[in-house]
Amino acid sequence: MADLTFSGIGITGLAAAVPANTIDNYAYTEHFPAEDVREIVDKTGIKQRRFALPHQCASDFCFAAADQLLTRLEVDRTEIDLLVFVSQTPDYRMPATSVILQDRLGLPKTTAAFDLNLGCSAFVYGLSVVYSFMQQGAFRKALLLDGETRSRVYSPKDRKTAFLFGDGGVAALIERSDAFGPSHFTLHSDGSRESLIKVDAGGYRNPSSAETVREKVVDEHGNIRSDEQAYMKGADVFNFVLREIPKTVKNILATAGVPREDIDYFVFHQANAYMNSYLAKKNEGGYQQGAHLPRPFWQYFFGIYSADYCFRIGGQNSIRRKGHALWFWRWFILGCCHSFFGQLPNSTTAGSR
Amino acid sequence: MEQKFIEAFQEALEREDPVQLTDQFRDYDEWDSLSRLSLIAMLDDEYEVQIENDDFEKLQTVADLIEAVRKAAA
Repeated sequence: MADLTFSGIGITGLAAAVPANTIDNYAYTEHFPAEDVREIVDKTGIKQRRFALPHQCASDFCFAAADQLLTRLEVDRTEIDLLVFVSQTPDYRMPATSVILQDRLGLPKTTAAFDLNLGCSAFVYGLSVVYSFMQQGAFRKALLLDGETRSRVYSPKDRKTAFLFGDGGVAALIERSDAFGPSHFTLHSDGSRESLIKVDAGGYRNPSSAETVREKVVDEHGNIRSDEQAYMKGADVFNFVLREIPKTVKNILATAGVPREDIDYFVFHQANAYMNSYLAKKNEGGYQQGAHLPRPFWQYFFGIYSADYCFRIGGQNSIRRKGHALWFWRWFILGCCHSFFGQLPNSTTAGSR
Repeated sequence: MEQKFIEAFQEALEREDPVQLTDQFRDYDEWDSLSRLSLIAMLDDEYEVQIENDDFEKLQTVADLIEAVRKAAA
């Protein structure tokens, strides 16, 4: 089992940047009838998204977030020993975007920097890697940057995905401190389902060609995309989520030795309010959906996915400083970070560039 | 089982018109990718079954659906 436990390591600052360019999902009707759009938006709960302008990259949003974070927290940049950039929309095929960000952020050449290529699981997987490095006594501070420009990945003419994705970037500062309790991660993978969410062409298996960029009708509903645009098999994803996530929730609670009733918030990454509501209901009856967490935190941090919800358990109205938080990322990635939200007073948010 | 399934199916699809065993459910006005999600939730909730999409694509009528649920639950 890929279960990891860390102690004395935590997030001491968090910032995010989103594009100023706002998309009203109800008005996103260029390719579909307004009535259909209203029904989709009502059901998914994603009412507004942020789209990058053509010259903006995921790294630009991460840079803005990280630069603000380091400035406002008055962090000595020479103390950043690690920078990890997690994205599937990097600046170039090579070099790694993290290395460009090292220079751009004014970090020393002694900083270790590398990219991770992950989608929905990006932040939690990235965090587990950064925590692993931070166990080394020599690492003083680390930056985890996670950003995407998903608006360019999916076809606006494919109704299955046209209304779900947005753009932005987050930056997290990770440090060691005795004040941090244990953090638990469970990391899984399942390559047998590689084609559930995929871009078929444009890599080295199916290189770009005139054919791969050609738009075509892909199903009986008249949805249109090219082989270089992503597709998602939503029904299979939902089936997968229902089968795997409740099991994994149970497992990580057992691993952490934390009773379910001690968890104030379950936060699922799942780009669909309908699926989240059902998952919460299935996970354990009586969950309430609520935006009780500090608004800017959610708005910015999860703005990149545009549609994440927290579920409140029990009658806790406030976030307990020593409360437990479990992070559920789609694709079976879980992390449990004790005292995670206790760091919120130090967090900051960055505006768009 | 048929009657109970039909009621749950109707509710999942938010369909007011009657549902018959021989209906081609993909022809319903209410049928789309969102009602597909509702159906997945209903099957999980009521019958604790999941039908993989490749198998689901082969189902045509309401009776096919019931048969698939029976098999999956067995």
